[in-house]
Amino acid sequence: MRFVDEFRDADKAHALSAKITALCEPGRQYKLMEVCGGHTHTIYKHGLEDYLPEQITLVHGPGCPVCVIPMGRVDDAMALAAEPDVIMTSFGDMMRVPGSNGSFFDAKAQGTDIRMVYSPLDSLKIARKNPDKRVVFMAIGFETTAPSTAMTVLRAAAEGLDNFSIFCNHVTIVPAIKAILDSPDLRLDGFLGPGHVSTVIGCRPYEFIARDYGKPVVVAGFEPLDILQSIYMLMLQLSRGESTVENQYSRVVPWNGNTVALKAIGQTMELRPYFEWRGLGFISHSALKVREQYAKFDAELLFSVPGVRVADPKACQCGEVLKGVLKPWECKVFGTACTPETPIGTCMVSPEGACAAYYNYGRLTRHRVKEATTS
Amino acid sequence: MTADQQNAGWVADALRVHEEQAREEEARGTRHGSPQPLPGTVREELVLERIDRARRSRPRVKEERITMSHGAGGKATQTLIEAIFLDEFRNPLLEPLEDAARLQIGEARLALTTDSYVVSPLFFPGGCIGDLAVNGTVNDLAMSGATPLFLSAGFILEEGFPVADLTRIVRSMREAADAAGVQVVTGDTKVVEKGKADGCYINTAGVGSIGHGLDLGVANAQPGDAIIVSGPIGDHGVTIMLARGELDIEADLSSDTAPLNGLVAGLLSATPGVRALRDATRGGVATILNEIAKAANVGVLVSENEIPVRPEVRGAAELLGIDPMYVACEGRLVAVVKQDQADQSLAALRAHPLGEQAAVIGQVTADPPGIVQLKTAFGGTRIVDLLVGDPLPRIC
Repeated sequence: MRFVDEFRDADKAHALSAKITALCEPGRQYKLMEVCGGHTHTIYKHGLEDYLPEQITLVHGPGCPVCVIPMGRVDDAMALAAEPDVIMTSFGDMMRVPGSNGSFFDAKAQGTDIRMVYSPLDSLKIARKNPDKRVVFMAIGFETTAPSTAMTVLRAAAEGLDNFSIFCNHVTIVPAIKAILDSPDLRLDGFLGPGHVSTVIGCRPYEFIARDYGKPVVVAGFEPLDILQSIYMLMLQLSRGESTVENQYSRVVPWNGNTVALKAIGQTMELRPYFEWRGLGFISHSALKVREQYAKFDAELLFSVPGVRVADPKACQCGEVLKGVLKPWECKVFGTACTPETPIGTCMVSPEGACAAYYNYGRLTRHRVKEATTS
Repeated sequence: MTADQQNAGWVADALRVHEEQAREEEARGTRHGSPQPLPGTVREELVLERIDRARRSRPRVKEERITMSHGAGGKATQTLIEAIFLDEFRNPLLEPLEDAARLQIGEARLALTTDSYVVSPLFFPGGCIGDLAVNGTVNDLAMSGATPLFLSAGFILEEGFPVADLTRIVRSMREAADAAGVQVVTGDTKVVEKGKADGCYINTAGVGSIGHGLDLGVANAQPGDAIIVSGPIGDHGVTIMLARGELDIEADLSSDTAPLNGLVAGLLSATPGVRALRDATRGGVATILNEIAKAANVGVLVSENEIPVRPEVRGAAELLGIDPMYVACEGRLVAVVKQDQADQSLAALRAHPLGEQAAVIGQVTADPPGIVQLKTAFGGTRIVDLLVGDPLPRIC
C-alpha cells in the first residue's frame, strides 16, 4: 500500500539499525523518551525494539491523551452525563477509562445516554438532530485534538446552536515535558518529539529543552522507519555532543506550526492557571478552558460539576509509568490486578498507553523473542 | 448496592489477589524489591510468569452489568462464556467450546450448533442478515467436519418492520440454503413492541452428519503444524463498518459471507492431515489463533507478510487504527494441518473458488505455550493477544 509500505521497509530498518549500533559508545547506556503515546503504540505494534542494541532503552512518556485524565475529571464527566436530558459524546478511547464510579461503558450499560463519536463535529450533528436534548462533548487530548474542538465551538457559535457544549479537558504538552525534565528521579539522554502535536505547535516550543537542559530533541513521525530514523538522528547528536531541535517529520510538521489551528484555539480557549494530571499532580498553565465569550458552550459553567479531586488507587503507579520512572511491568499491579479487561490505571486503557501496549504486544522479554523466532 | 461500592469492590478484590501473590513470592524470595535486587531481565521474566498465572486463573465476570464488550468476541466474551454459561451447563460435549457440539446418537455422529444474528445494517454490500444467518450456521457445522443438513430459523421482529424487507431477507435465506444444500425445516416467530428490538433478529440452529473417523478440534494442534487461512481477511467487518455510514469512508468492498461446506469437503477429501478448522467470525483470525494456542497449550508464530488482506481493508483499517487480524470474516476459515500436508491442503483449498487466495500464514510452535506471536512486516516481533472488546479507533 502506497505511503505506508515505504515506511515499514525491513531492509532499510536493518541498515538504520546497524548505523545506530555503530554510534553507541562502549559501556554507555542511553535512555531516550518517546513523548507521544502514538510512538509507544508504533514501537510495540511493529516490534521495533528488536532493531535496537541493548544499550538503548526507550522510555515511554506522558503523551497519551486519556492516560493523563485524572479520576476526578472522569467522575465530573459521569456526573454531567447523568444530568437530565444530557447526551454525553466521547471518543472511543475514553469509554473505558475508570473513574471512582466505573467508566462511561459501565454508565452506558446502566442506561446513561453516552455515545461514541469519531469527531467533535459528529456531536454537533447529534445536537442538531436532538433539539430537546443537551449534548455535551467530552473534549480530551493535547494540541492535536484541541483545534478540532475549537473549530466545533466556532461552528456551533456560527449556527447559534444552544444545546451543545464541551467539557474541556485539553492539555498542553510542553509543561508536562518540563515537569519530567525537572523531576529528580529520571535521567534522560534525549527526546523523540511528539509528531502530531507538532503539526499544530511546530518545533520551536521545544527549543528550551535543547538550550536550557542540553538534551537533543527530534520531532518524529509515526511509522516505524520514522522512529528508527529519529533515534539515529538523536544518537548522531549525542555522539557529537550536540543538543538541538531537529524535525524528522518535516513532511507533515511545519517548523512554525499551523497558524490557523493555533488561532482557532486562541480564539475559543485560554490557559487554566493549573490542572491536575493523572500521576503527575497539578501542573501550572498546562491545560485549556473555554474562553469567557464562548461561555455558553462551556459545560463546566452550564452544569454543576462536582470538581472533587479523587486520589488514584494506592497500588496504581501510573504516575511513575507516565514519567518513565517505571517500566510498565515494574508497576506493582501490572498484569495481575490491572489488565486491559479491568484496568485500574489509565495507562492500561488506551492503546497508546504504555501499559496496554506492553501487555498486548510486548509481553515477552527480548531474550525470549530471539529464542522463539530463531528456532 | 451502589455503583460506587461495586466498583470499589472489584478493585479491592483485584488488589487483594495481588497482595496474596506478592506475599507468596516474598516467601520464596522472588519478589522484586527483595533484599538482593535481581537483574532486570530476571525480574521481568518473574513478572511475566506472574501474569501468566493470573491469566490462567479461574475466569470471573467482574462487571455488574453486561456491556458491549461481552458481545465482541474477545476476552470479555470468553470470560462470560466460561464463567457463566460453561460453569452452569458444564458437560463433556460443551466443554471443548468448539463451533459445533459433536453427538453420538445410535450409529449416527451428528454435529449441532446455534447462532443468533443481530447485524446492523440489515442489508449491506455482498449480503444481508438472511444469508448471513444461513451461512454462519452452515459454516459452524462444516468446521466440525460435518455435512450440514437441516436448519431451524427463529425470527424476532420489531413492530412496524416492513414486510417487504422481511420478504427480501427470507428470500436470501432460501437462496443461501439452496447454495449450501441445506433445508430450513422448522422455525419460530415472535413480534416485540416498537423500540424493543432493532428491526429483525434471527436465530438459526443446524444439524449435520459427521463422516467416519473425523475428530477435528483446536486442541489437536501440535508443534510443527502449518496454519492456513482460506483467503483475504477482514472483508466482512470492514464492509459493515463502512455500510453504517458513520465514517464517511467509501471503498469498493463487499462482505465475504459464503457457505464453506464445499470448500471444507474438498479439503478433507484431499488430505487426512487436517487437525482443526475454525471460521474466523467475531474477533477475527487473531482470536482463532489465540484459541489454538490456549486449547493445545502451544505457541503460534505467524508472519504478517503472509497474511492475505485486501488493500481496501488494509487502507480502511489503517485510517481507523484497527488491526485487520481482529476484524470479522464470514466466509474464511483457519485450518491447522500436519506440516507435511501443508502443500496438499493449500492446493485443495485453492482448487475451490472460495479458497483461491488461501495461504500458509505460520506454524504451531512448542514455545512459548499459550502465546501467539507475529513477525511484523517491519521485521520485528510482537504478541497478538485477545482483544478485550470492540476495536476502538485511536483518537489522534
